[in-house]
Order: sequence, then structure tokens, then C-alpha cells
Amino acid sequence: MANTTEYRICPDSGLQFHKPAETLMKLNAVAAVVFLLVGGVLALLVTLTRWPAVHLLPADMFYQALTAHGLDMLIFWIIFFEIAVLYFCSSTLLRCRLATPRWAWLGFALMLIGAVTTNVAILRGRSSVMMTSYVPMPAEPVFYLGLILFAVGALIGCFVFFGTLVIAKAERTYEGSIPLVTFGALTAAIIAIFTIASGAIILIPTFLWSVGYISHIDPLMYRTIWWAFGHSSQQINVAAHVAVWYAIAAIVFGAKPMSEKVSRGAFLLYILFLQLASAHHLLVDPGISSEWKIFNTSYAMYLAVLASMVHGLTVPGSIEIAQRQKGFNKGLFEWIRKAPWGNPVFSGMFLSLIIFGVLGGISGVVMGTEQINIIIHNTIYVPGHFHATVATGTTLAFMALTYFLIPVLFRRDMILKGLAKWQPYIFGLGMSGVALFLMGAGTLGVPRRHWDISLADSVLGYQFPGSAGTLMALAGVSGVLAVIGGGAYILITVGSILFGKKLPGREYNAKPTMLKMPVATAIEGHGGVGVGGFAAPGTLIFAFIFLALFVVYYAINWKYLSSVWPLS
Amino acid sequence: MSAILPPGRAIWWKQPLDRVEGTWIIIALLWCLIMFFMMPYWHVFGKQNTPGEAYRTTPAAFQAKAQAVVDQYTVRTEGEGQFPVVKPPAGSDIYLIARLWQWWPIYELDKNQTYRLHISSMDWQHGFSLQPDNINLQINPGYDMVVTVKPDKSGTYAIICNEYCGIGHHTMVGRIYIK
Repeated sequence: MANTTEYRICPDSGLQFHKPAETLMKLNAVAAVVFLLVGGVLALLVTLTRWPAVHLLPADMFYQALTAHGLDMLIFWIIFFEIAVLYFCSSTLLRCRLATPRWAWLGFALMLIGAVTTNVAILRGRSSVMMTSYVPMPAEPVFYLGLILFAVGALIGCFVFFGTLVIAKAERTYEGSIPLVTFGALTAAIIAIFTIASGAIILIPTFLWSVGYISHIDPLMYRTIWWAFGHSSQQINVAAHVAVWYAIAAIVFGAKPMSEKVSRGAFLLYILFLQLASAHHLLVDPGISSEWKIFNTSYAMYLAVLASMVHGLTVPGSIEIAQRQKGFNKGLFEWIRKAPWGNPVFSGMFLSLIIFGVLGGISGVVMGTEQINIIIHNTIYVPGHFHATVATGTTLAFMALTYFLIPVLFRRDMILKGLAKWQPYIFGLGMSGVALFLMGAGTLGVPRRHWDISLADSVLGYQFPGSAGTLMALAGVSGVLAVIGGGAYILITVGSILFGKKLPGREYNAKPTMLKMPVATAIEGHGGVGVGGFAAPGTLIFAFIFLALFVVYYAINWKYLSSVWPLS
Repeated sequence: MSAILPPGRAIWWKQPLDRVEGTWIIIALLWCLIMFFMMPYWHVFGKQNTPGEAYRTTPAAFQAKAQAVVDQYTVRTEGEGQFPVVKPPAGSDIYLIARLWQWWPIYELDKNQTYRLHISSMDWQHGFSLQPDNINLQINPGYDMVVTVKPDKSGTYAIICNEYCGIGHHTMVGRIYIK
């Protein structure tokens, strides 16, 4: 490693980049976008097949495309981007050198090799086992091998992140505690360790089973441990994208957390309870006691849900306070009316927050209720839910962050700024439609992962209500809109990195500049803004509207459950 | 300080809560507790609960039990002879086989009578999805899942498979009659 040209300060943001960290952030982000592109093309094929009037692909290709779509989006796009976020939150935010860049390179190489291997395995056509690869349905050994290599690479990335935190502390590059955003990234990394360990515990034996060294894998054990990997990996996303929300609130508005204690406490609840969600997938499986289901599916009395409800308040709350301090203090909602809705960094983040909370959060808690799961398990309601949480919540937050990183990290002026202004709305609207219409169709019993709901090739047959077909068609239209929005993101991102005007400020310095903050001793309040002693009254009203929707929808689902056959 | 910088105060945990945060945390926690206690409440007072009874089995043993019920109570066949229609006595143990790509046999049950419905898979995982009532259960090979069920509406019901089980997944449809 050359020591003479190692650090660069971005003249626009004041952020400092360590050269190896910068290179690895760029590579991970680019790899992420490439897999988003692949996954997006597959998304179009999947959505056009499930749109009954189009029904594009034949059955074998549909299941093949769906397997690859799930893995490319839920695992590869998101985790590559998350590794970039981890390096950003450690090396950049703490103004510190990246720990062991060679290991970080190895991690990246393993992830890339693993992701390509699994994609090739699926392309060969004998591993159309869906993302979940439930035993005893077999895939080719290389399918599992690719996932294992990817997981090992991601694990290395997490340890590089931890190492960087240790270096920052040892070399005193900051004073006091790590920033809240870094704390959120730390939460994500801790959850990632649990997640990847679970993945290794189940995928390594499954790989050995696929090559013939192990004769039997119990399907229920597989489901329990696989979901400790599969669901927890989505919890990494939650922690990561909440950290991104806080980061964007700070970047765009200079917002500071309403209180560090509350926001960090909420992240701590994630670390303690979010992993229990493996149970969400096992609620209607045989041989599991209700006590186990109730404790785990509710993250021990919904403490992780409480944490999300807290973040959902404190992120917009901190924005409200920052806006009010800037003078947008009139009435309850001037702060939100005067927000920069044309800035995709803000609009992407705010849409992510709203759609994640209202569509994804409420549906997730409802379907994860032990008994209500009976009317939802494995219906297309489930993909409806996670297209609100991951495909909108996480993905849109990461898209918003990208718009910030193009000038700051890549030092390129963004191209197609007019399109970028609209992109979060197009994508957000499309994905919200996908989520809502799929949930609606799921309520009518339409199955997920199903090539033909007309059931025309079956001997006995069944006709779903006509409205189910309409909802699937609407989901198809929305899916196409979401793909257009996603395509616009890729066009803007790749176009800017390749053809955007180069920005000045690309010189590197030999020495890092330390992050010395004036540490105040007095406890500061919120500067006397707000209404009636409430610093963020507008946000609180939004929170009550959210809660009202939540309560009503929760009650409706119990009512619906009570109308089906009594069973136990 | 802003969220991307270290906290402005070394002892940040002493900053008092804002009234907005305090109010919301209390209300949200109450709602979380209500949702939590709804689940045990429904076990006591609700009629639809997840099946808690299950046994280990093997495909051969389960198939033999199903065959015995079919041999004893078949009243006719449907689907070009592929599906026996079985009318077992109320309250009895009945066995439903999930296999590539069939739900076998067809049962004809009495309304408002209770049955102990055993379901297991002969091969891969399957998803029991009763339509149009929309009751969904995960069916694993090697496990005999016992569902104590009391159909309360008459009609013709379909069983769709909603766990992906290979290329013929979309052809896997079964039937239950409630008279």
C-alpha cells in the first residue's frame, strides 16, 4: 500500500475517503448495481408471466427466472451494497483507514465468485429450487457452493468493518461515541454475523448432502435454520436502511437525532430480538409448539416492532426539528411542505420510510401473528409484503444514498437530473402497486411461486374469483412501472459514473485529518421549536394516523380469520 | 450533533426525552403488548388456531394408513378413476397424501362435524391451501400433521399446492366436498 496518496477530502461534503476503502466501496456498489440490473430483467420476466393475460414464460423458465430473481435481488444486490455501506460508515464517517484492505479484497472476490457461481448454476437449469432451496428438492452442488462462497466473503467484509472500528478507536480518529449512523451499521453487522453463521450451519450440510456425503436432511430442521439465515438477512437490511435514513436526514437537513438514547436503544432492541423472526415462516408447520411460535414470532412481545415504530417516529421527527429550526416553524406541517421534494436523495429516503412503515411494517406484523398466518402463509400476500419492505424500503433507501454518493464518492456530476428527480416516485409508486395488489390477491388465496393460477392443466381444477385475476393484472402493470423506475436508476447511476462530468477535488493527501468535535457539557434542548411543548408535533400526528391504520387493519384480519373453518 | 457525527455530548445518555418521543414510546409499547396477548387470548377464546399435534412418520407408513381408510370408505371415483371419493364417519381419523403432483384422495365430509385430518408428504415439501376458505398449511415429508377441523360451510373446496414442488406444481389440485 502506497502511503503517500492515501486520503481524499470531498470538497462538497467534507467527508474523507481512505483510498483502499474508496476503491472497495465503488467496487461493491458497482457489483450491487450489476446484480440489480440482472435481477431487474428477471423481475420483468416474472411479472409478465404472473400477469395472467400475458403469461410470458413457459413453466420451467419461469421457475428458473424466479429462483435467480430472488437471489440476485434479496441477497446479491443488497449485500454488495451493504458492504459498501459498512465501509462508508466506518472508514469514511470515522475518518479512519480501512482495516486489512487485502482481506477486504478477498471478501469482495469471494462474494463475486460466489454470486456468479450460483447464477451460472441456475442458468444451467437444474437448480430451479427457488431462493429457499427447501430440502429434499435437490439443486446442483455448485448452487449451494456459490452461496457458501458468497457468505464467507460477506463475513470477511463484516470483520473488516469491525476491525476498522477498532482502528478508529485505537488511533483516536474521533472523540466520544461513534456516530448514530455507524451504530446502526454496527447493528446490521452484528445481525449479519448471526445470519451468515446460520447460513453456514445449514448450507454446508446441504451441500454435502447434494454431493452424497450426508444421506438425509430433516426438512423441518432445514426450514428452521435456513430461515434464521433467510429472514435475518432481511433484518440486516432493516438495520442498514434505517441507518441510511438517519444518514440522509443528517446529510440533507443537518438533522441530529431527537435523542441519541432513544435511537440507540431502538437499535439495541434490534440486536437483541430481530433474529427471532425465523419463526414467521414456521407458524403453520407441523410439530412446533404454540408457546415457541408466539414468543419468537412476536420478537418477544414485539420489542423489535417497538424499535421500528420508534425509528419511524424519530427519523421524520429529527427532520421536522431541523426544518423548524431553519424557520419552517409555522403550524403543524410547514416543515414537510417545504421539504426538498425534488431532491431524489430526500424523496427516495422519505418514500422508503413511508412505504416500508405503512405497507411493509403493518402487513409484516399482521401476517406474522400466529393464527392470522393461517390465512396468509405461502399466498402471494407474502411477496406483496416483502416488496414493500425490501424492494421498496431497503432498495429505495439505497437508491437515495446512491444519488448522494455519485458526486461524493465517484466525483462525477450526475447526468439526467430531471429524470432523477422523478425516479423515486416512479419506482415507489410501481412497487407500492406491486405490494398492494399482490397482498390483495393473496387475501383471495392466490398462491406464490405458481406458474398458472388458471390451474388449467390440473385434473380437478379450481377457479379463483375473477377479482384475483384483475389484481394480478394490476400487479403486472405496477411491476412494469417499477421496472421502468429501477431501469431509470441504473441508467442514471451507470451513465453518471461513465459519462458524468468529472468533479474537481480528486487529490489525495498523505495524512488523514482527525474528526475533532467540540464536546459540549451542557444538555441542549431542541431550541424552543414546535407547538404546545412538543418539538415535533407534525410527526406525532403522522404517527397517530399510522397507528390508526395499523389497529384497523389488524382487527380486520382477525375478523377474516374468524370466518374460516374452525381448526386446531 | 448530526447523526453522521459523534454525539455532541460525551454523556449523551443523560439528555432528557422529548415529550413527543416519550408519548409515542408508551403508546407503541401498549399496542405491542395488546398484539402479543391477542395470540394467547385466541388460543382460549378463538376457534381458528394453528395445528399443534404432529408425529414423525415415513411415506410408507402414512400411505398404508391412508390406503386403509380409502379401502374402507370409498363411495365412488372421480378424475378418470385417479381419485377415490372417500366418505369416512364423523369424528374419525382421515389421511390426506401430498405427492408429486396430487392431493389424494378426495374426501366427502359432513358439515359441522369434527375430523382429525392427517396430512403428510410422500416426497418434497408441499403447501396445503384450501380454497376458497383460504386455510394454508406447510406439509413436510416425514411429519404427520394432525389438523382437527370442523367444516362449517357446505360446498366444493379445492386444495391448491402453494409450496413450489417442481415443474408440475401448477397441476397439483385436490378436492374436498362438504355436504
